[in-house]
Amino acid sequence: MVKKDAKISPAVASSIKKATGTSTSSSTGTLASATPNSISQPITDLVNAVNTTYKSYINSLTPRLQLIDVFLAFLVLLGILQFVYVILIGNFPFNAFLGGFISCVGQFVLTVSLRLQYENSTSDKTETSIDEIEAEEEKSEDAPKSNSLFESISPERAFGDYIFASLILHFIVYHFIN
Amino acid sequence: MVSEKKKQSVSTSSAPLKQKEVAEVVPTGPKILGVKLDTIRLLLQVIIFISIAGASISSRLFSVIRFESIIHEFDPWFNFRATKYLVTHSYYDFLNWFDDRTWYPLGRVTGGTLYPGLMVTSGVIWHTLREWLALPIDIRNICVLLAPAFSGLTAIFTYFFTKEIKDSNAGLLAAIFMGIAPGYISRSVAGSYDNEAIAITLLMATFYFWIKAMKLGSVFYGTLTALFYFYMVSAWGGYVFITNLIPLHIFVLILMGRYSHKLYTAYTTWYALGTLASMQIPFVGFLPIRSNDHMAALGVFGLLQLVAVGDYVKSQIPSKQFKSFLVISLVLTITLGIIGLVGLTTLGWIAPWTGRFYSLWDTNYAKIHIPIIASVSEHQPTAWPAFFFDTNMLIWLFPAGVYLCFQDLQNEHVFVIIYAVLCSYFAGVMVRLMLTLTPIICASGAIALSKLFDVYLDISELINANPEEETTDKKKSTGNRKANIFFILLSKLIVLLTFAFYLFYFVFHCTWVTSNAYSSPSVVLASKNPDGSQHIIDDFREAYYWLRMNTPEDAKVMAWWDYGYQIGGMADRTTLVDNNTWNNTHIATVGKAMCSSEEVSYEILKKHDVDYVLVIFGGLLGYSGDDINKFLWMVRISEGIWPDEVHERDFFSERGEYKVDSEASQTMKDSLMYKMSYYRFNELYNGRDASDRVRGQTIPASQAPELNVVEEAFTSQNWIVRLYKVKDLDNVGRNLHSATQFSKTEQSKRKRIAKKPVIDLRE
Repeated sequence: MVKKDAKISPAVASSIKKATGTSTSSSTGTLASATPNSISQPITDLVNAVNTTYKSYINSLTPRLQLIDVFLAFLVLLGILQFVYVILIGNFPFNAFLGGFISCVGQFVLTVSLRLQYENSTSDKTETSIDEIEAEEEKSEDAPKSNSLFESISPERAFGDYIFASLILHFIVYHFIN
Repeated sequence: MVSEKKKQSVSTSSAPLKQKEVAEVVPTGPKILGVKLDTIRLLLQVIIFISIAGASISSRLFSVIRFESIIHEFDPWFNFRATKYLVTHSYYDFLNWFDDRTWYPLGRVTGGTLYPGLMVTSGVIWHTLREWLALPIDIRNICVLLAPAFSGLTAIFTYFFTKEIKDSNAGLLAAIFMGIAPGYISRSVAGSYDNEAIAITLLMATFYFWIKAMKLGSVFYGTLTALFYFYMVSAWGGYVFITNLIPLHIFVLILMGRYSHKLYTAYTTWYALGTLASMQIPFVGFLPIRSNDHMAALGVFGLLQLVAVGDYVKSQIPSKQFKSFLVISLVLTITLGIIGLVGLTTLGWIAPWTGRFYSLWDTNYAKIHIPIIASVSEHQPTAWPAFFFDTNMLIWLFPAGVYLCFQDLQNEHVFVIIYAVLCSYFAGVMVRLMLTLTPIICASGAIALSKLFDVYLDISELINANPEEETTDKKKSTGNRKANIFFILLSKLIVLLTFAFYLFYFVFHCTWVTSNAYSSPSVVLASKNPDGSQHIIDDFREAYYWLRMNTPEDAKVMAWWDYGYQIGGMADRTTLVDNNTWNNTHIATVGKAMCSSEEVSYEILKKHDVDYVLVIFGGLLGYSGDDINKFLWMVRISEGIWPDEVHERDFFSERGEYKVDSEASQTMKDSLMYKMSYYRFNELYNGRDASDRVRGQTIPASQAPELNVVEEAFTSQNWIVRLYKVKDLDNVGRNLHSATQFSKTEQSKRKRIAKKPVIDLRE
C-alpha cells in the first residue's frame, strides 16, 4: 500500500545523513567492542529500505496519483520558500506568513488525506498489479482492515469532502491575511 | 426489541413526562405494527427528544418563576453589558471596543480580551428574531433564556455522542441525564448568561464530530469538528481542554499500535483547520503556535506525519530493516523535538504555561503564588459531597461505565476513558471543572445503565428458549422449568424495579437541587417570612439604582472586584477593578485602600479620582458573602505587592483569631473597610452594643468607628450595600480629621437630627 508522496524521498534522504552522524557517535560510545560490521549494518539496511520503498512507490503510481503527488511536492516547495523568506527577510506581516504557511500545510494534509482515501478505494483493483510478496505481507499484516478502511467513502465522496474542507481552509486563510 | 428497551428505560427516567403511554404501545408489535417499525421508531425518537429538551429547559426556569427574568451573579452581567454593546453598535465596533469605564484609569481593551462567541450568538438570535421573524424581543430575555435553550441542544448532542460510543438506548439515557444533571444545571439556569452556557453544548458537539471523524476517517467530519472547535474557541477559555484531549487520544492510540490512516485523516484535518480558525479570535491570537498549552497538539501533528511515513515504509520493506529505520528516526526526532521545545521556550518564542495551568497540577501553587486565583471560590478544590450532590446516582454508575469501555476497547472507548480519567482529576482540583466532568459522567453512567437494561430487559431468550426446552425435556422438568422462569423473572424484576426507583429518585433529586441550590440569582436574595411566605431582599439593585440616578455620570466607584461587573452593568458607573482580573497590581491597590488606615487610603483614593466607595455588609441580615468575610483576601493580595506595608498577621487578634469585636486588633479597627462596614452600626441598636449576625460577634458601642475622609452617602434597606462619598480636600486647608472634629463639635445636635430621618425612612 502506497501512502506517501514524492516528499518522502528527500526527507528520508536527509534524515539518513543525520542518522549516520548520530548512530556512529552513539554506537562507538556504547558498543566499543562491537565489530565494524554492526555499525554499517543499520545504514545499509536503511539504504536498502529507502531503495525498495522508492521502487515500489514508482511502481504503484497511476496518473491520478501522480498528479496529486506533483501538487504535494509543489505545496512543500511553496512552504519551504515561505519559510526561507521569513528567515532571510523577517516575518513582518506575521498574519500573512502564518496564513500562507498554514494554507500550504493544511492543503498538503488535506491532499494527503485525499490520496489515502483514493488509494484505499482503488486498492482492490491495483492490489493484483503490485508485487506478490508485498501483497502477501500486507495480508498478513492488516489486509482485512486496510481494504475496508474507508469503506464508507467513495472516491467521489472523498473529492467532495476535499473540496469542502479546502474551501473552508482558504476562506479562513483569506480572512486571516487581512 | 431495541425500541422496546429504549422506551422503557426512558420512560422510567423521565417519569414526569408523558412517556408512559409510549412505553405501552410498542411492545405489542415488535416486528410490524401496520406501519413500518422504523417510522415508529423515528417518531418516538423525535417525541422523546422534544420531551427531553422540554424537561431540560423547564427545569432551568425555576429562577425566572421564583424571581424574575434577570441576569444572575457577576460574570453574566459583563456578558450582558457586552451583548448590549454589540446589538447597539456594529460588529466591528464591538471587536475594537475599548472600554474606558472599567479599570479606571487604565481602561480595558474589551474587544480584544473577551471570548465573543456568547455575545455574537445572542446577537445573531436577536437579529434573526427581529428582522426575519418580526419578533422584537428584548435582548435581556434572549440572554436570560439562552442557557436553557442551549441545554436542550446539549442533551441532543450528548445523545449522538453516546450513540457513537454504544447505541441509541444509551444515547437516550445519556441525553436525559445530561438534561437534568445538576452539575450542568449549576451553570446553565435561566439568567446564568455565562460562557459555559453554550460552551458545554459546543464541547459535546466537537467531541461527537471528532468521534465520528475518527471512526470514518472522513475529511468532512474532520472539518465539522474543526468548525465546532472554532465556535468553542470563540466561546470559552476551556477550549484548551479539547486542544489537549484530542491529541492525547491520538497519542494513546498510536502507543497502543492502533495507527490507521483514518486517524491521520481525521486528526490532521481537524488540527490544520482548527488551529488556523482558532487564531481568528483576537483574544487567542497567536497563542496556538506560541504557548505551551497548545504544543501537545502541534507535537502530535508532527508525530502523526512521521508515523504515516513510517507506516508506509513499514508496508514496503522487511521488518528487520524497518526496526533499524525506526530506532534511528525515533532517536532523531525525539532529541530534535526536545531541543526545539526547550530552545524556543528559553528564547521566549513559546510562552511558558500559565498560572492557572500550574494550579491544576499543584493544588497549592495558587495559594502560594497567585492569591487572586485562589481567592475565587470556584477555583477551590471540590469537596467530596459535591460529587454526589451534583450527579447523584451517576457518580457510582460512572466507574461501571468506564469499566465497560475497557471491556470493549474500541478507539472511541479509549477516548471516553481518557476523558473520564483526566476530568475526574481536574474536577477534584477545581470546583468549576465539575462542569466538564458532568457530560462524561452522564455518558458513561448511561452506558452502564443501558447495558444493565440490555441484560435484564431481554425477555426474548426466556420466551424463545421455553418451548424448545419443553419439547426436549418433556413433562419431567416442566415444573422445574416454570420455577426457574419464575425466579429469573423475579430477579429481573427486582433489579429493574430497583433501578426504576433510582431513576425516579434521580429525577427527584435533580429537581430538588436545581430549585434549592442553583436557582438563586444572587443579585436578588430571598428569605422566608415568619409565616412562610417569601420575602425578597433587593438591596443590590436598590443601591445600584441609587448610584445610577444620584451620581454624576462619570463618577468613579471603588469596590472590591467582585462587584465590578454589577456596578458596570446595573449602575453604569466607572469602576476601578472588576471580575476580569487582568491586572493584579490594580486589584492590590484597591485592596490596600480598603485595608489601610484612613490617611493612607485617602491618598490612594484621591490618586485614583475615586468619588464613591461601595462596601457590602451583611452583619445586619446575616448575609455571609460580604466584604468583611472577603477582607482577608484583600489583605493577602495587597500584601503580595506591598509586603512592607501590609501584614496579614496584623489583622488577627492577639490570639490569632479573625475578630471584629472588642478583641479586634488595632490595624483591623483602623482599616477603612472595618470602619465603613460598622460605621453607625451601633445607632441601629440605639447606641448599645451591636451584634454582627454573620460572625456572631458583638461590636461594642464604646469603639464605634469614626470616619473622617469619607462620608456616608447611601445605605440600602437591609444595610447590605453601603456607599460612601469621598470627601474633597478641605476648603481652608485643614486635614480632614480635624475638619470632621470641628464640624462635629460645632453643629453636633443639628447634624444628628438631620441625619436620623434617613434611617427612619429606610426602615
